[in-house]
Amino acid sequence: MRWLGASLIAGSLLLPPFLAGDFYINLASQILIAAIFALSLNLLVGFGGMTSLGQASYLGVAAYLSALLTSRYGFGHGAAALIAISGTVAMAGFFGVIALRATGLGFLMITLALSQVLWGLAYRMSNVTNGDNGIAGLTRPAPFGFLLDSPVSFYWFALIVATIAFLMMTIFVSSAFGASLRGVRDQPRRMAALGFNPWLIRWITFVYAGFWGGVSGLLYVYYHKYIHPTSLSTTSSAEALLGVIAGGSGTLGGPVAGAALVLLLKNYASAYVERWNMLLGLVFLFIVLVMPSGIVPGVSSFVTKLRKISR
Amino acid sequence: MIAPASNHALEVLNLRKAFGGLTVTQDVSITVRPGERRLIIGPNGAGKTTLFNQISGDLRPNSGWIRLFGADITHFPPYKRAHLGLSRTYQIITLFAGDTLQHNVTLGLLGLRRSRWQMWRPISLYGDLASEARKTLDEVGLLHLAAHPISEIAYGEKRRVELAVALAQRPRLLLLDEPLAGLSDMERATVKSLIAAIPRETTVIMIEHDMDTALDLAETVTLLNYGRVIVDGDRDAVIADERTREVYLGT
Repeated sequence: MRWLGASLIAGSLLLPPFLAGDFYINLASQILIAAIFALSLNLLVGFGGMTSLGQASYLGVAAYLSALLTSRYGFGHGAAALIAISGTVAMAGFFGVIALRATGLGFLMITLALSQVLWGLAYRMSNVTNGDNGIAGLTRPAPFGFLLDSPVSFYWFALIVATIAFLMMTIFVSSAFGASLRGVRDQPRRMAALGFNPWLIRWITFVYAGFWGGVSGLLYVYYHKYIHPTSLSTTSSAEALLGVIAGGSGTLGGPVAGAALVLLLKNYASAYVERWNMLLGLVFLFIVLVMPSGIVPGVSSFVTKLRKISR
Repeated sequence: MIAPASNHALEVLNLRKAFGGLTVTQDVSITVRPGERRLIIGPNGAGKTTLFNQISGDLRPNSGWIRLFGADITHFPPYKRAHLGLSRTYQIITLFAGDTLQHNVTLGLLGLRRSRWQMWRPISLYGDLASEARKTLDEVGLLHLAAHPISEIAYGEKRRVELAVALAQRPRLLLLDEPLAGLSDMERATVKSLIAAIPRETTVIMIEHDMDTALDLAETVTLLNYGRVIVDGDRDAVIADERTREVYLGT
């Protein structure tokens, strides 16, 4: 059973470049990018119990920094990526200090407010960001001389980064630190009495999530070769949150499944149904009603039940 | 400030805490010797748990001092107090319900170790953590349930895990907040023998209403009422005291 699952996943990741057309390969690349983004948000929401409505800030800021540095200031992609990620991490450190003055709803509202400030800046500071026009005409990097301009080569690149991201975040949550994080989520008071510093554990996680949000932002801007203020918007944060919750927050597969679902609906269904947002809402409603803990936990408990019956 | 003197395990000096107009700790001063077994009694609302919460750092007093083994911890956050050897249990069970018994005890161990910051290595690879957690579970007689989640075990067993998480830290000062609450006679006897077996390196302060059991464990008793210390001293003297009968035991 386990091998069947593993080979199914490996197959669905490795086969698209050989079987599918450009449209689907590009869709798969976008799913990978959205999956990294959703996984980063899931560190906060699922494992840290910190529901954020501002994770798009980190995707957006990294993307904007890379876009500006390469298109306007003549930086190479390597240096631009390094500065973009460092800048995003520093911002996450600063925002974390502000947002973690509160927990629960207060935390949610502060992350929302901070992301609104950034969105406003991207929109209004048009002399820097080009405002509503966005920044176009960007290029993709060529790591170690490999050109990423074709859909297939970009897919391989995204797959490698996504695999590293998935593994790193998996190790993170299953480490001693990850155990502390889940403990602080469930019983912050007891954890403090046991010698853990809840604030610092949350802050480090916040910064780490910001880092991976930034990585997804780099891939995002490489893929689209364009960046617009909407990528920083609350809608963008909320869409990822929806994906995390629909897929199963606090699991590792959940955010990936959720991100895939949102993107498939957005790209595929929108070709047939004009109001794809309504369809997304209906699907989300269905998931919440039938599998309140999300697709991945829901399906796995369904499989367990089936096995018990068949025995 | 009062000069840091003392070979005391715990010194509470002129502690005062008020919630709005309601004073719940009034000028409380207590000293506890290393190795002592102290019982804190008093009617409901006497401020016993509030006192514990100030000692452990969950609540900040309005004034007064708290010293732990000579160190002024009045303004320390709870986690720093834990690193100075303070550990506590809760009246209302405060465990990690979705995790196994072993994981619960492991968190107790991890809290005092530097490896709690380790991010690049799965926790399952720490063999010493696992074996020490299992040893502690064995001490409280729950090793056979090590792999079960807390949500699946009985209330009486949860009480023992509550104790095991604190004991795993090998504390120098242990605060037990009603460790016998809600237990059957048989479970009481089990927990009583566990508390009796705590080594003398650990000073124990216990809040408990079950006098029959608790008095056997205690050497000294402090009686609180309306946030004040009414009587304080050796067990037999406090029990014999007129005021104890009046306030707590009933005439």
